[in-house]
Amino acid sequence: MNIQFPLLSEIIFAPLLGVLLLVLVDRDNRPLQRWIALITTSVTLILALFMYAGFQGDSAAMQFVERHVWHAGVGIEYLLGVDGISLLLVVLTALLGPICVLACWTDIEQHLKEFLICLLLLETAMLGVFCALDLFLFYVFWEVMLIPMALLILVWGNPRRRVYAAVKFFIYTMAGSVFMLVGILVLYFHQVEATGVYSFSLLQMQQLALPGRLQIWLFLAFALAFAIKVPMFPFHTWLPDAHTEAPTVGSVILAGVLLKMGTYGFLRFNLPLFPEASATFTPLMVTLALIGIIYGAFMCLVQTDLKRLIAFSSVSHLGFVMLGIFAMNRQGLQGSVLQMVNHGLSTGALFLLVGMLYERRHTRMIADFGGLSKPLPVFATCFMIATLASIGLPGLNGFVGEFLILLGAFKARPLWAVLGASGVILAAWYMLWMFQRVMFGPVTRSENAGLRDLNRRELGLLVPVLALIVWIGVYPTPLLHKMEASVAALVTRIEAGGAVVGREPSGSRLADNHWTSTTKETRFH
Amino acid sequence: MDGLQYLLDCTGILPILILFATGILILLLDAFAPRGRKGRLAALALAGVLLAMIGWWRPLPVERELFGGMLFADSFGFFFDGLFLATAALIILFSAGTLDRDRIDLGEYYALLLFSVTGMMLMARAANLIMLFLGLEVLSIAIYILVGMPRHERKANEACLKYFLLGAFSSGFFLYGMTFIYGASGSLSLAAMAAAFGQGDLPHNPYLLLGTALLLVGFSFKIALVPFHMWTPDVYEGAPTPITAYMAVAVKAAVFAALARVFWMALPSLQPQWTNLFWVLAVLTMTVGNVAALVQTNIKRMLAYSSIAHAGYILVAVVAGSAQGLTGMLVYLAAYTFMNVGAFGVVILVQERLGIGEDVDDFRGLGFASPALGAAMAVFLFSLAGIPPTAGFVAKFFVFLAAIEASFTWLVILAVVNSAVAVYYYLRVVIVMYSRAESPTSLADRFGLGRIPSAALGALIVALWATLQIGILPQSLWELARHSVTALL
Repeated sequence: MNIQFPLLSEIIFAPLLGVLLLVLVDRDNRPLQRWIALITTSVTLILALFMYAGFQGDSAAMQFVERHVWHAGVGIEYLLGVDGISLLLVVLTALLGPICVLACWTDIEQHLKEFLICLLLLETAMLGVFCALDLFLFYVFWEVMLIPMALLILVWGNPRRRVYAAVKFFIYTMAGSVFMLVGILVLYFHQVEATGVYSFSLLQMQQLALPGRLQIWLFLAFALAFAIKVPMFPFHTWLPDAHTEAPTVGSVILAGVLLKMGTYGFLRFNLPLFPEASATFTPLMVTLALIGIIYGAFMCLVQTDLKRLIAFSSVSHLGFVMLGIFAMNRQGLQGSVLQMVNHGLSTGALFLLVGMLYERRHTRMIADFGGLSKPLPVFATCFMIATLASIGLPGLNGFVGEFLILLGAFKARPLWAVLGASGVILAAWYMLWMFQRVMFGPVTRSENAGLRDLNRRELGLLVPVLALIVWIGVYPTPLLHKMEASVAALVTRIEAGGAVVGREPSGSRLADNHWTSTTKETRFH
Repeated sequence: MDGLQYLLDCTGILPILILFATGILILLLDAFAPRGRKGRLAALALAGVLLAMIGWWRPLPVERELFGGMLFADSFGFFFDGLFLATAALIILFSAGTLDRDRIDLGEYYALLLFSVTGMMLMARAANLIMLFLGLEVLSIAIYILVGMPRHERKANEACLKYFLLGAFSSGFFLYGMTFIYGASGSLSLAAMAAAFGQGDLPHNPYLLLGTALLLVGFSFKIALVPFHMWTPDVYEGAPTPITAYMAVAVKAAVFAALARVFWMALPSLQPQWTNLFWVLAVLTMTVGNVAALVQTNIKRMLAYSSIAHAGYILVAVVAGSAQGLTGMLVYLAAYTFMNVGAFGVVILVQERLGIGEDVDDFRGLGFASPALGAAMAVFLFSLAGIPPTAGFVAKFFVFLAAIEASFTWLVILAVVNSAVAVYYYLRVVIVMYSRAESPTSLADRFGLGRIPSAALGALIVALWATLQIGILPQSLWELARHSVTALL
């Protein structure tokens, strides 16, 4: 094996280097701490962009693979790689790194050093989750991620209920993932019995044809961990609490990346490893996804707290992603992967904006605002773009993802698409109503009249996100191209392994080929 | 036995001899050393342990029996010798300079500590039940005294008396079991017993079954398996904290070693029967330990119940019963030793600095007052909770791996549910540590790193390093454990 430039390891561990540097810095030297964090996250982003540029979209194989023996006795490997499904998530994670550092530039008053250490540790763990192809390694990153996130909520969260939120987040996630650990071990021994090879490698396990009954149990073990993370309908109650109590950056990372780990898990493990069980559970998963979409939207309508509203909108949006995944066809899967990125960008931007508002007014209650567009025109414009992206306005990124997902859902069962589409309408209702109450009308409170608009730092960190929102909305083809082969391979695997759900129309490639033209059409509407 | 053979055998127990000699020397010097200058005795004790480590460190021993089949000098004993020596060194380092509070800065303390280590080594190497019992008593009697050393503390008096009375009972059970087994097999040598039990209608031999059950009661009491755990929280709470740490790790490890020896070497033919007993004990121990720990407000009691729960996880490895299971047990014991001693070490330091630290709430703000100490404690607690990349996770992983391999998937599911429950009480301490202190006392002044006694700091660093080392690169420990268990199979 020829020695290669270990790009993925560098991406994963660059933030960790920042942690080591931060430990050495004097605790009162706040500017230096900020710059170290900003530079290390930026380096991570640059490396991730190199990886993006070098990624071959027409290959479904894992790329940038790194493989080292970690524990020979039981066959644990340090095995990394990205494919079209994880590529965009890695880039998204790396992108949110510097943005988060900039976002907390003046926000965090106490224990900045510890805050940045947590943030960078979290980034390492998240990148690791998306790159790990060894189940043991994956589980390690998956669990490691819990600690800094819980600490972010616990220490820097909203004083009133942060302990409750942090504990709830930790226990929920932990409870789900321990079952996944059992699942991993059972899968491992099945693997050992079937092939005689001691290995935790996902690539190895994908070769297995598991008996149906075992698939059912393993699917459930993995799905519980991922469904809690997504979060799917009955497991979602930790999310509003965690989001509301977390500091701005915590919310951005939660919404931007952490939730995607659940949906990513379904794509990476449940679908390819247990295709038959996935088909069996499709009605259940889709029902839960649809409940999530509609229930999340209705919950948004009654929220009085901006952050809580956006948190519940995540439940609804992630329901779309789950719907796309369990449509189990090309459009649905592509839409889901893209929608993960979209949701990260638009909801991330919304949380950033609410955080900026909170920094100025120290409240997030919708009732405390009104007519903000007059004192804060630039802020209102940015907020508008993010809101519209979140609704799924054509021309912005949310539309592309939701459209593909609904297309996929329609192909599988038209009713799914009908019910799913109601979520889009509801989204327009709750988001625009919120926007109206906060931004338009007369300035109801005198405190709001004197607010200063966005400064250059704040604008600087928002602009890249908003630019991407528009760019993906207008021209998503490059992104779709990068994931095309991987998604196609996944579809083939599902179809070979399990029953195909719903009818299979003759022109299944139709939507892909027509995608760009669809976008163009919508621009003229 | 000719003299030369005797001398040769003595080299096989070199660490034991060194520790014993050091212990005697400390007792002698203690009589002459003036009060307040007993710190040197700690240094001497540490030197003894380090010397014993040199005596211990050699290429992995070939399997042989010493003193006419009384003791083993095999890789299994080698593993545990190393573990006991490391624990003793850490405990001595944590004790040095922190014992003033309890007014037990006495020479006997270190001498007894060393004697108890010799007892443990004898237990882990015993090839004969008499030898095992001797080791158990040497260990127990030393610990009874150590627990009661703060003579002016009522809690310590209570703990000492409780431990002594119940311990004496359990020794009785153990002896009684030995006699029944002797009656059934005609020998107390493990090898002879295995040979005697190799044939015949074993499950219906009442003497054997009764003897085994009684032995198990004796073991269970010392390890504090549910339902033989009632003494644990009170004794752990009342004992000087370094001794609590010592009891929670080393004593358990020694008894687990002896248990493995007896059940694998002498009673392998009864495995189907004792496996059933062990899973019942495992389920009870894990569950009761964790649930009881949830409601504790005293940190020593909380760690006491947590140590009960950990014994339950180790039993899962015993239930698995395979080479993989034994390996898991050894890895678990090693990991558990370092993380638990580390956690207790932080408690010791807080108690020594602040004069408080019995209550979980006393740790409020520690994470900010002393970032290093707080971070170390957080690592130990997360490791105890079994979160990667720490030793605790790797240990649980290997144990669960073995249990699933042995088709005890349901037991593993129970164990992981338990460890999810356990996260709550470990996390609670972390939460308290990283909550801002309400009273603006200058904790930071008292917790500057420079103010931690250097001996304790060294011990803390070693424990932390081992916890992370085992967690991130478990290969070498695993291989050593794997090699060690071949002696038993």
